[in-house]
Amino acid sequence: MSVLAWGFDMLLAAGLLWLAWQALFTQRRFSAVVNFMAFYLLMALVWVRLDAPDIALAEAAIGAGVTGALLLTALGRLPAGTSVGADPRRWQRPLQHLAMAGAGMGVIWLAWSAYHLPRPGLAGEVTATLDATGVSHAVTAVLLNLRAFDTLLEIVIMLAAVVLVWSLGPPLGPPLRAFAPATALPGLPALSHLLHPFFVLVPVYLLWRGTHAPGGAFPAGAVMGAGGVLLLLTEARPWEYLRHHRLLLHVLLAAGMALFLVVALGGMLLTGTFFAFPLFLAPTLIMAVEIATALSIALMLMAFYLYGEPGQ
Amino acid sequence: MTEALHWLGYAFVAAGILFFLAGSLGLLRFPDVFTRLHALTKADNLGLGLICLGLALQASGPAEAVKYLLIWLLMLVASGIGATLIASTALACGLAPRQADRPPSTSTSQRPTEQ
Repeated sequence: MSVLAWGFDMLLAAGLLWLAWQALFTQRRFSAVVNFMAFYLLMALVWVRLDAPDIALAEAAIGAGVTGALLLTALGRLPAGTSVGADPRRWQRPLQHLAMAGAGMGVIWLAWSAYHLPRPGLAGEVTATLDATGVSHAVTAVLLNLRAFDTLLEIVIMLAAVVLVWSLGPPLGPPLRAFAPATALPGLPALSHLLHPFFVLVPVYLLWRGTHAPGGAFPAGAVMGAGGVLLLLTEARPWEYLRHHRLLLHVLLAAGMALFLVVALGGMLLTGTFFAFPLFLAPTLIMAVEIATALSIALMLMAFYLYGEPGQ
Repeated sequence: MTEALHWLGYAFVAAGILFFLAGSLGLLRFPDVFTRLHALTKADNLGLGLICLGLALQASGPAEAVKYLLIWLLMLVASGIGATLIASTALACGLAPRQADRPPSTSTSQRPTEQ
């Protein structure tokens, strides 16, 4: 059995390398994007093999799903017939080799330092303090209690990315609209209507699960965001809808970060330490922060598709 | 009883893998978009169904088994509609299905009117 597992792991690793090579160096953009999505699907499998289902969920939803759809949408807006740097000029060759050698050495150095990391890691210490965090799943405890500051910074970075994307908006080009599909089949709107309850149900389930098992705000937000992206791509109406609810959109986009900050500052008032909250409040606060963060993440992922602030 | 269910599950998974292999072979060997879609959606969905059924038979409880079957149902809906969309878009973009008795042409297909 272990030989089988070893063979499977080697196959996964080889597949990852091959897909990464294809995604980077293939001539056609479309196959590069498809290879990129397949790469992230395999990456999710790798995380499953490494016993990290939380990361696998986020990787599959964000890497393969949302990023893939974003790249495909961007591809559809590019002029057809142009191809990526098919024939590198001669003076670029040394630079290319230099970059590849540098990347290779970086990878070797990373592998070496990962190999020399302390072995059991911090899992034991996290498990020992799990009772004091208010949740029973170690990953959620780390993300939203023990290292909540890191998570706050991640949310801030995503918000900054949305601001950046929106600042590149309409003034540079014509206002962008949802794609009209080449054929008017009823199947696509029907699919989005049919799947919509699932796009509400699954994030709620993931949020609830996050307190005691793999799940939580990031996968929930990613799934909800994917549902929203499907809506944006299949129907033109939600774009207008977003345009008419700008204030609500702004409030919800900032909700995760705002609630996080309120909780952190409230903890400072109550206990004297930034981000320290009393144990009896912890489960409620963590759940509230998770819900707000998931909503914010979903809207941020949708906002990347708007290419500019709605209503501007 | 549980033992028998486990072996039945293995049998279903093995059959599902066979269908996946057939579907992948079709994807590689069939001549045009439409036949490739046919191979993928028919064979692979049946293969996925058999694998999900096999895993559901080995599941630890009914909740887990229902989740496996839900995965299959969602895949059926999504891939059915996705395949229809790909095929109709290909037709609208001028890719004609390959006919056995005449060479493939790109202009004979009727274009549906743009909305």
